Amino acid sequence: MNPARKRKVRLVVALTAAVVLASALIYTSFSAASPALSPSQLLRQAQPGRAYQVTGMVVAGSVHRVGGVLDFAVEDRAGGATVALAYTGTVPDPFREGREVIVTVEKQGTRFLGERNSLITKCPSKYKTAPASENQNS
Amino acid sequence: MAPFGYACLLLALVVCGYGIGASLYGVRRARPEFAASGRRAMYALAVVLTAAMVVLEIAFISNSFAFNTVADTSSRTTPLLYRVAAVWSSQEGSLLLWAWLMSLWSSLALFLTRRRMRDIAGYATAILLGFGAFFVSLMVFYANPFATTSPAPTEGVGLDPLLRFPTMMIHPPMLYSGYTLSIIPLAFGMGALLARRLDADWIRGIRRFAFAAWLFLGAGILLGARWSYAELGWGGYWGWDAVENASLMPWLTATAFLHSLMIQEKRGMLKVWNISLVLATGTLAIMGTFLVRSGILNSIHAFGGQTLGVPFVTLIGLLIGTSIYLVVTRRATLRSEHRLDSLLSRESIFLANNLVLVGLCFVIFWGTYFPLISEALTGQEASVGPPWFDRYTVPLALVLVLLSGIGPVIAWRRATLANARRNFVVPCSLALATFAGLELAGAAGKPFASAMFCCAAFVLGSVGQEFVRGTRARSAMAGEPAPRALVSLVRRNRRRYGGYIVHVGIAVLFVGVAASSSFQHATELGLSPGQSARVGAYTVRYVRPTATVTPRYDTAHTGSTLNLGAQLDVSKGGRHVATLNPSEGYYASGEAAQGTVGSLIGGQPVSHIAMDAGITRDVWTAVQPDIEAPALARIVKVGDRTLPPEDGILAVGYIAKSYLRNPPQAQFHFIVSPLVMWIWIGGLIAVGGGLTAIWPAPSTLRRRAAALARTRAVRGLARA
Amino acid sequence: MSLLVALLTLALATFVVAVVIGPLRAGSRARAKHPTEVERHGAAADAGAEDQRAAIARDELARDELDAAREAKYREIRDCELDFLTGKLSPEDYRAIDAQLRAEAIEILDRFERLTTDS
Repeated sequence: MNPARKRKVRLVVALTAAVVLASALIYTSFSAASPALSPSQLLRQAQPGRAYQVTGMVVAGSVHRVGGVLDFAVEDRAGGATVALAYTGTVPDPFREGREVIVTVEKQGTRFLGERNSLITKCPSKYKTAPASENQNS
Repeated sequence: MAPFGYACLLLALVVCGYGIGASLYGVRRARPEFAASGRRAMYALAVVLTAAMVVLEIAFISNSFAFNTVADTSSRTTPLLYRVAAVWSSQEGSLLLWAWLMSLWSSLALFLTRRRMRDIAGYATAILLGFGAFFVSLMVFYANPFATTSPAPTEGVGLDPLLRFPTMMIHPPMLYSGYTLSIIPLAFGMGALLARRLDADWIRGIRRFAFAAWLFLGAGILLGARWSYAELGWGGYWGWDAVENASLMPWLTATAFLHSLMIQEKRGMLKVWNISLVLATGTLAIMGTFLVRSGILNSIHAFGGQTLGVPFVTLIGLLIGTSIYLVVTRRATLRSEHRLDSLLSRESIFLANNLVLVGLCFVIFWGTYFPLISEALTGQEASVGPPWFDRYTVPLALVLVLLSGIGPVIAWRRATLANARRNFVVPCSLALATFAGLELAGAAGKPFASAMFCCAAFVLGSVGQEFVRGTRARSAMAGEPAPRALVSLVRRNRRRYGGYIVHVGIAVLFVGVAASSSFQHATELGLSPGQSARVGAYTVRYVRPTATVTPRYDTAHTGSTLNLGAQLDVSKGGRHVATLNPSEGYYASGEAAQGTVGSLIGGQPVSHIAMDAGITRDVWTAVQPDIEAPALARIVKVGDRTLPPEDGILAVGYIAKSYLRNPPQAQFHFIVSPLVMWIWIGGLIAVGGGLTAIWPAPSTLRRRAAALARTRAVRGLARA
Repeated sequence: MSLLVALLTLALATFVVAVVIGPLRAGSRARAKHPTEVERHGAAADAGAEDQRAAIARDELARDELDAAREAKYREIRDCELDFLTGKLSPEDYRAIDAQLRAEAIEILDRFERLTTDS
């Protein structure tokens, strides 16, 4: 094989490998992703056994800690539907009533269980310099 | 003085406008005096923005709460050191920091290149001033750091306690320096495309700034990881958070650029690769800056309200569009001068290295922006978590480390196969020995960690071999004893051996990452005083509770009102290992609605972690005291009802006393991570190697080397 | 307060203008000392002056380019030697590549000579 042909073959092989890998990546990202829902959407759409990422405000008066389990409820930003859930794992420092949180949950029976260490609390103030400042999941 | 600050911004805008015009006129009409004037405009911009920065700093230091940013992010009780840093904790202040740093670094870059690249420098100046104009316009029209309120509030909100750590003070300037330094190669790259000249001179001029960008970005990322690990209450150093990823992506493309630059320098190849990497690094840096303030991604920094989304998206779109247009229309200038001689050459290893780094960048990009992508494609926003990132980045990282060990052993242009085989004996043996050792130690259950250890051993073997052989050769040639030979070897070949040191540092860093992720032991413990629990081989005993009350006017440390914690005794096999004192700090919230006592401790709580760092493992713990325990909550309620505001602190004292007397059960997060220390050590080694590589050789050495090379070249040809 | 602000702004603006105008004034003073075709023969020769400036700039660029290429080539020769000394190249391969590199270096030096003698 002359050098020019060899180079073309190399290029084709490399491009094919790249396309195959990228497709695998893209395909798995869609199946591995957890949809981001609001509490009202969660109540409507949640299927048992699947993980969902729910974003909502912590309802005042709903926070109770029993041993290692944190019980609290989240509601839509605009108010309305409330979802109660039980969470185990690291609770980030900024967590409190009235703050917006993101937590990955799974429906088990009629209850929602928070995935271990998946709770993130959003910063209340407009802007923080630190990239990972309040990222409290692991 | 606020109007003066604003006037500085307006003046800066005018200066940018003039500078853009003068530079473009100077470069297109070959009028060097106008190009010089445009360059001076950048210096002037630096001066004007410094004045603005000084005004803002003075406002913070002197507690001028008339300034909105000061009132929003500082307070009388915030310690002085953090008041100085609070300047860049707000949107407006951080924009000013960005613009100021950009003007400083650009001034330096333009000053150092003032006698060279005259056809390119004019365009580069105009582009850099364009960026300056963009950021200054954002401040003038959208987010004014000098906005005031009248009458001025008497006290400010205070700096978020989560930011009151020394690492957090230098992290933004370091990271922003990395971002702004990444813009400089982009500007010179676009300039080179406009001037249709991408040659050795361009490489020589741009290399140092690309290196500086790489160095600062890397340091900024390391500092962020260190802050996250050592100060925050989750005990991790990397969470694949969108904002973390945003700073990693330009670092990856910068790394690729620094390597493949050498190929263009030697063989005139990979020109399209290199210019694309330069443009990508700068664009990713702007995207990184934008991500933190945009609200488009769910990275805890997404808020409603005013965001700078639209201007940034426009800028990024403009950058991408212009880049593509320039590269396509100038592709004649970007044609390769040579082709790859052989697959067994350092050039092809570097090419593979490029592919892996860009692949890594693509994976991280896809995962980071996936919520947007999935929403655009399927209508449903979804996000991928750390497990997905790990699945794809870990194998790529393994290949990367492996390549960094192969590269040093292969020659440029065309390696001799027999020699190459022989050169791999030592590195491969080390890797195999490591593998055998790991099997014996029973670490077989973690394939990726074991693979990384073996790859790291491979790298250490090949780099070590290089140092040994190089020293031996130098020693034989110059008759110097080994230690002196080693020093002069590195001095004369800074780029090569500095680069080798960086590879060692990165390998060590990855060993730390692999060990601390795969072999980590993390648990939640609920303990009361006297109780103990087992965590792996360690026994943790709650010795006694701790509590301190900091009066309002004591700004010694971070200004927390109340600190509740515990003293833990950690032992292993009966032997005392460490005494840890984690605590939780409760800060004043300033919200009167929470009550007299409630407002003193109702602010942002901050976990003060306790850690025993060691060469082989870190023992880390954070505590979450039960501040809502009935006894304590009762004190707060009674205090809210009966105490006047100025006596609220008395109740806090009672809370502390009650906590010490009858401590409720506290939750502890306890982690034992092996080899974490080596992440920081590896990072320092890499930075040291980077500095070695970038350090200019003394000019006498350079001139002698050039003269010698010239005579030998001539003599060589005469012989042939 | 606003008077102070106005004065400070004026001072800063004056400083900025002085810094920025500097090269332009130096340029016009140089032209006064050595008038180009424009001043002597009027607008018709303006194009010629611009061509002259462009030619000077091109020469300078070519010189810089060759200088950078020469430096890079020397570095390549030294790297190749180090590769040989650390056992990555066999003596035959080394001699071949080294000779090729030196020929390329001579070529660059020749072009440099021609450029400096021409101008």
